[in-house]
Amino acid sequence: MTWVLIALLVVPLVGALVVAFLRKDDRKAKLVALAFSLVELVLAGLLWFAYDPDGDRLQLAAGVDWIPAFGVRLQFGIDGIALVMIAVIALLIPLVIGAGWTEKLPAGRSQGGYLALILVQEAVTVAVFAATDVFLFYVLFEVMLIPMYFLIGGYGGARRQYAAVKFFLYSFLGGLIMLASAIGAYAMASDELGKGTFDWATLVTVVRDADPTTQTWLFLGFFLAFAIKAPLVPFHTWLPDAAAEAPIGVTVIVVGILDKVGTFGMLRYLLPMFPEASKNLAPYILVLAVAGVLYGSLLATGQRDMKRFLAYVSIAHFGFIALGIFAFTSQAGVGSVSYMLNHSISTGMLILVIGMVIARGGSSQISDYGGMSKVAPLLAGMLLLSGLTTLSLPGTNSFVSEFLVLIGSFPTQPVYTVLATIGMVLAALYVLWLYQRMMTGPLRGDALVGAAAGPGAVGDPERKTAIGDLNKREIAVLAPLVVIVLALGFYPQPVLDVITPTVGATLTEVGVTDPVSVQEGK
Amino acid sequence: MTEPVAASGIASLAWLLLALPAFGAAVLLVGGKRTDKWGHLLGCATILGAFGYGLALFFSTLGLSPEERVQNVHLFNWIDVNALTVEFGLRLDPLSLTFVLLITGVGSLIHIYSIGYMAHEAGRRKFFAYLNLFVSAMLLLVLGNGFVTLYFGWEGVGLASYLLIGWYQHKPEAASAAKKAFLMNRVGDLGLAIAIFLMFNRLGSTQYTEVFSRVGEFSSAEVLAITLLLLLGACGKSGQFPLQAWLPDAMAGPTPVSALIHAATMVTAGVYLIARSNPLYNLSADGRLVVMIIGGVTLLIGCIIGCAYDDFKKVLAYSTVSQIGYMILAVGLGPIGYALGIMHLLTHGFFKAGLFLGAGSVMHGMNDEGNIRRMGGLYKFLPITFVTWTLGYLALIGIPPFAGYFSKDAIIAAAFGAEGWRGYVFGGVALLGAALTAFYMTRLLILVFLGKPRWEELKSEDGRDYHPHESPLSMTIPMIILAVGSVAGGWFLSSGGRLAGWLEPSLGELQESHGVLSHGVVGILTVALSLLGAGLAFLLFGRRAQPVERPERVSFPVRAARADLYGNALNEALFARPGTWLTRALVFLDLKGVDGVVNGTAALLGGSSGRLRRLQTGFVRSYALSMLLGSIFVLGALLVVRFS
Repeated sequence: MTWVLIALLVVPLVGALVVAFLRKDDRKAKLVALAFSLVELVLAGLLWFAYDPDGDRLQLAAGVDWIPAFGVRLQFGIDGIALVMIAVIALLIPLVIGAGWTEKLPAGRSQGGYLALILVQEAVTVAVFAATDVFLFYVLFEVMLIPMYFLIGGYGGARRQYAAVKFFLYSFLGGLIMLASAIGAYAMASDELGKGTFDWATLVTVVRDADPTTQTWLFLGFFLAFAIKAPLVPFHTWLPDAAAEAPIGVTVIVVGILDKVGTFGMLRYLLPMFPEASKNLAPYILVLAVAGVLYGSLLATGQRDMKRFLAYVSIAHFGFIALGIFAFTSQAGVGSVSYMLNHSISTGMLILVIGMVIARGGSSQISDYGGMSKVAPLLAGMLLLSGLTTLSLPGTNSFVSEFLVLIGSFPTQPVYTVLATIGMVLAALYVLWLYQRMMTGPLRGDALVGAAAGPGAVGDPERKTAIGDLNKREIAVLAPLVVIVLALGFYPQPVLDVITPTVGATLTEVGVTDPVSVQEGK
Repeated sequence: MTEPVAASGIASLAWLLLALPAFGAAVLLVGGKRTDKWGHLLGCATILGAFGYGLALFFSTLGLSPEERVQNVHLFNWIDVNALTVEFGLRLDPLSLTFVLLITGVGSLIHIYSIGYMAHEAGRRKFFAYLNLFVSAMLLLVLGNGFVTLYFGWEGVGLASYLLIGWYQHKPEAASAAKKAFLMNRVGDLGLAIAIFLMFNRLGSTQYTEVFSRVGEFSSAEVLAITLLLLLGACGKSGQFPLQAWLPDAMAGPTPVSALIHAATMVTAGVYLIARSNPLYNLSADGRLVVMIIGGVTLLIGCIIGCAYDDFKKVLAYSTVSQIGYMILAVGLGPIGYALGIMHLLTHGFFKAGLFLGAGSVMHGMNDEGNIRRMGGLYKFLPITFVTWTLGYLALIGIPPFAGYFSKDAIIAAAFGAEGWRGYVFGGVALLGAALTAFYMTRLLILVFLGKPRWEELKSEDGRDYHPHESPLSMTIPMIILAVGSVAGGWFLSSGGRLAGWLEPSLGELQESHGVLSHGVVGILTVALSLLGAGLAFLLFGRRAQPVERPERVSFPVRAARADLYGNALNEALFARPGTWLTRALVFLDLKGVDGVVNGTAALLGGSSGRLRRLQTGFVRSYALSMLLGSIFVLGALLVVRFS
C-alpha cells in the first residue's frame, strides 16, 4: 500500500499542473480542482485503513537517494500523528474549494492560477508531514512558504503585500535557524557513525545522547522555527496579519493547517531527538504555552476584525496544544494531537462560516453586523455551532481534546493546568460575545438593514440580493463538518486509537512514564 | 453506599430516556420549517414517552430489594487513553430515578403548557427543539455514571439554558442575559473541571463507583479541595452566592423556560451534585461548613432582594435563589440533611413551577406585562390561575398541610441540629428566611391578585388596553396538576420517612438530628414567623391602595435590595471593568509592543526601514535573489561540515 502515500504527494501536483492550464475557463478550473481534491480525499481514506496503529513507528515508508554526497534522501513515511494531519488536510481542501466557488478574485487573477497554487500547497503540506528525512523536512518546510506567499500576496486584501512578506520572512528566518541545527545534528552523526546522514530514525539514536549543552543549542534552533510556525506567544504577530489579509480559503489553510507543522515538529523532532533538552526547557515552554492561552483569549476578546479574531483564538488554542505536548503524559499528548486535528476542523468550520458572513456583508469588521439571525437563521445557527466547538462544549469534537490535554497535564503540571483552565471561561466570553454582537439585537449594518426592509428598500441592490440564508452549496460545504464535529464529540475513540500508540512511542523516546498508571487506575 | 449491579430487564433500555428527547430535538432542528405543523406535538410526545418509560423503570425498581436498586448501564467507552477510561454509561439508582420522574414529569406538563403559551410565536418548533435538548441533557446530567458524563450534561443544560434565555434574540437584554448566564456557569464549571482533574490524579478514574468506593485514598486536603471545587460548580449552576446574579436576568426567557429550567430542574443541579457526592462531603466537616455558609448567605440574599422587586418573574427568581439556598444548607448538614434537601427540591419543583406557570398565565392575559404595580385585583379575571397560584403560595411560605411546610420545616429543624454554634446560627438564619419569604410572597399575592385593579386606566407598552383573561385549558391543566402536588406532595413524600427510605441506597440513612430546639417547637416557630411575615405584608400593602409608579424616596435597605445588594456593581467593578481595560491595554501592547519589536528588528536587520519597505513591494526579483542567497548559504554550510 506504499503507493497510496506516493499518490497523495503526486495527485495534487498533477492537479495543479492541469488546473494551471485552465486559466481561461474559471468554471472548468474549479471543477477539475475539486475533482482532484476529492481524489486526494479518497486516497487519504485509503491511507487511514492502510495504517496499522499498533505497527511500526514509521509506516508505508518509501524513498530514493536525492543528494548522496550528504546522505540526503527523498524519504517518506507516516506515523499516527502525520496520518491524522494528512487526513484533515485532504478533508479541508475540497471544502475550501467549495466554499470559495463564487468568491471574486482581485482584478486580473484567474481561478486557475489560484486553485493551482492551493493544490501545490496541499501537496507540499502533505509532504512536510510525510517527510522522514530531516533535510527533506527542512526543504519542504521552506518550500511550503512559496505557494502561500503567492496566495496571500496575490489574492489577498488591501495590505496583502505587507502580510505576505512578513509571513515569508518570519517563517523563513525560523527555518534557517532550524537548518543550522539540522546541520549540527548531521555533523554529530558524521562524527559518530563515520558517515553523515539526515535520516530521522538514525539521527534520533545519535543525537539523543549528545551532551546537554549541544543538545540545548540544537533544540533551540528547531524550537524557534516551530514556535514561530505554531505560533507561540511572543512569536505570533505574523499570524493575525496573514489571517486578516488572506482570502478566506487561504485563511483556512494558514490558520487551520499550516501552523500545525509547528506542533507536529515539536512532537516528531524536538521530543525524540532532544529528550533531555526537552525536559530541561519544558518549564519555560510551558510558561509560553499558558501565556498563549490567556493572552490569545484576551486579545481575541478585544478584536474588531473577525479574521484577526480567528488568529488570536488559534493562538490561544496553540497554547493548549503546547501545554499538552510538554506535560509529558500520554493523555495530554493524545489530547494535543487530537487538538491539532480538532482545531483544524472546528476553526476551519468557524472560518468558513465567517467567510459566508463576509460574502454577504462585504466587510470583516464585527461592528458592521448586528441582528443577523433575523435574516439568516441557519447561518446564525452555524456560527453558533462552530463557536460552541471552538469553546469546547462537550458533545463537540474539541471538548475531547481540551479535556484530555487538561486532565492529562494536571498530574505533572497542576499549576499551569489550572491557569490554562481559566482559558475555558475566556473562550465562552469571546465566542458568545462575537455571536451576540453579530447575530442578536436589532438589525444593524447597511447591507443587512437594506435586506430586511424587503424588496424595493434603499440600498445597494447587488448586496441586497446577497443577503439571504445559506444556499445549497454552502449547506453542502458545512454539512460534513457538522457531522464530523458531532461524531467525534460523541465517539472519538477511532481517532484516539490511531494517535495513542504514536504518542506512547514518542514519550518512550523522551524516557518518561505516565504518573497515573493503568495498574493504579483499574 | 450500595454497589451497582449490571442492569437487566427494561432497565437495560435506559438509554431511551436520553435518546427520545434528543431524537425529537434532532428531527425538529434538521427538519426545519417542514415540521412547523406538528413539531410541538412531536416534542410533547417524546417527553411523555420518556416520562412513561421513567415511570415503568421506577416501578420495576420498587419491585427490587434495596440492595439491587443501584444499577449500571454500560453503553460505550467515550474516551479511553491508557489509564484514563471515561465510560459513557448510566447509573440507575433511587436518586437518579427520582430526578428522572421530576424532569420528565414537570417537563411534560411544561411542554403541554408551552403549546398554548407559545402559540403565537413563529419559531415555536425551534422552541420545542431547545426544550427537548434541555430535557435530554438534564437527564444525562442526573443519569451519567461518572463525573465526566455529569459534566457533559452539566454543560449541555447550560447550552439549552443559553439558547432559551436568549429566545427573544432581537431584545439586547435577552441576548446579554443569555451570555451572562453561560459565562457565570462556566466560572462554576471551572471548579467542577478541576475537581475532576484531582480525582483522576489520585485514583486514575472519574467514575462514581471508583471514586466513591476509594474516597479513603484522598488526603484530607484533597477532599477539602474537591468538595469546595464541586461547591463552586454548584454555585454557578444553582445561582448561589457569589454567582447568583445571572439567574434573575435569566427571566428574560419565555416563562415556561423560567418554570422548567430556572426553577424546577436545572438550577437544582447543584443540590444534586452535592447530594450525589455525599461520600466525599461526609469526609470533610470543613467542606460541609462552607456549603452551609453559602446556603445560609444565599437564602437571606434571595429573600431580601425579593422584597424590593416589582417584576413578577424576578421576585420569583430571587425566591428560587433563596429556596435553593435552603436546599444547599440542607445538603451541607451532611447525613442529617441530604434527603431533606432532595425532598425540598421535589416539593419546590412542584410549587415553584406552578407559581411560574401562574405568572406566565397572568402575563399572557395582560399583554405580557410583568410589572406587578400595573396589576391588582386579577383574581376575578383569572380564577383558576388565582386558586392554583394561591395553593402554590401557601406551599412556598410553609403553611401546614401544604407541601413546603413538610420540607422546609424539616430543614429548619435539622439546621438547629447542627453541632454547637452552627445550630443556633444556621437555624436562626433559616427561621428568619421563613419570615421574609412569607413577607415578599404575600406582597406579591396582594399586588397581583388582590386589592383594587390599577391597570384599568393604563395601556401596555405596545399601546393596547389591558383585557385580562383566563388562559386556555392546555395552560390551566398543567397548573392544576402542579397545584395538586403543591398541596399533597409534602405530606406524601415525608410521611413514614417514605422518600428518605427510598433514597437510602444512594444517600445513606437519614440520621436523626437532635437540635437545641425540639422539632415540635421549631414547627410552631416556623409557622408563627411565617404568619407574622405575611401579616406584616398585609398591614403594609393590603390596607391602602398602592401607587402605580414605584416610590423613589425610600430607605437605604430598599435601595440596596433594588440594586441586587450591589452584586452586579461588584462584579462590574471587580471583573468586567478591569477586564475591559486589560484587554484594551493588551491589544495596544500587541500592536505597538510585540509587533513593533518584530518590525523594528526586521528594519534594523535590513539596515533601514526604507529597505524593509522596498522588500514589502514584493518584487519577485528580490525574492528570487533571497532564495538564491539562501540556497548558497545552505550548500556552503553543508560543504563546510562535510569537509571539515
